[in-house]
Amino acid sequence: MKENEMHLEFPSRPENVAFARTTVAAFASQLDPTLSELADISTAVSEAVTNAVVHAYPEGEGPVRIYVRLAGRRIMIEVSDEGRGIADLAAARRFGSSTRPGERMGIGLSLIEACMDRVEISSEHGTRIYMEKTLDEQRGVADE
Amino acid sequence: MGVVLRYEGTSIIAVLDGELDVATVPRARTELEAALIKPGMRCLILDLTGVNFMDSSGLGFLLGRYRWCMENGWVMAVAGARAQVRRVLELSGLTKIMPVTATVKEALARVGREKE
Repeated sequence: MKENEMHLEFPSRPENVAFARTTVAAFASQLDPTLSELADISTAVSEAVTNAVVHAYPEGEGPVRIYVRLAGRRIMIEVSDEGRGIADLAAARRFGSSTRPGERMGIGLSLIEACMDRVEISSEHGTRIYMEKTLDEQRGVADE
Repeated sequence: MGVVLRYEGTSIIAVLDGELDVATVPRARTELEAALIKPGMRCLILDLTGVNFMDSSGLGFLLGRYRWCMENGWVMAVAGARAQVRRVLELSGLTKIMPVTATVKEALARVGREKE
C-alpha cells in the first residue's frame, strides 16, 4: 500500500487511553494485520499512553501526542508528552521497576518491547516513545 | 467495565467484562474489595472470559488481588483469559505466579485442590 499517516493529540486523562489504542488500531487495520498483530499494537499503544497519563504530569494534565506512519508492511508509532520525563531510563526499562509501585507492576515498557520489533525511548524535553513493527508479509500481498 | 459476583461454596467468582486499563481498574478494584469482606469465603476466581483487553494496569490489579489472597489465607485463580489477555499474562510472568485456567470449572477444581 501507499504510505499514510495521522496525528492525534489529547489531554493525559485515563479515559483517553482506550480512545488512543482503538484509534491507532483502526488506522493500522489498513495494513490488514492479523488479530494478534493488532492486539500487540493495541497493547503497546495502551502502555505508552498510560506511561504519559500516570507519570508525565504529576501536577495535573498535559498534552499527549501520537504520530503514526504506515509504509509498506511497517507501522511506526511515536507517543510523546511534554511532561517531566523519565529520570532513570535504564531503570524504567528494567522489568518490574515501577517508580509508583503500589499496584503498578513496572512492566509497561517491557510489554512494549515484547509487542513491537523496535523501541526507542528518549526523555529530554518530555518523553518520546518510538516503536515500530513490521507486519506479516503474506497478508498484504492480496491488495497490491 | 463491569463486575458481577457469584458464590459457589466458599468461592467468590468475580465475572469481569469490558476492558481492564488505567481508567477502569480503580472501579473494578473498589467493587472487588467490597466483595471480599464476606465471612466464610476462602477462594477468589476472577473470570476474565468477557474481558476483551487488558494491559499492565490490569496486571497490577490481578497481582494486587493475588497478594491480598496470599496475605489472608485465600486461594486465587484466573480463568477464561482470551488471546490478548492471555498474551500479556504470559509476557508478564503472572502465569507462573498464579493459577490460570481455561474455564471457571477448571479454576474451581484447582482452588479446591489447593485449599486442601
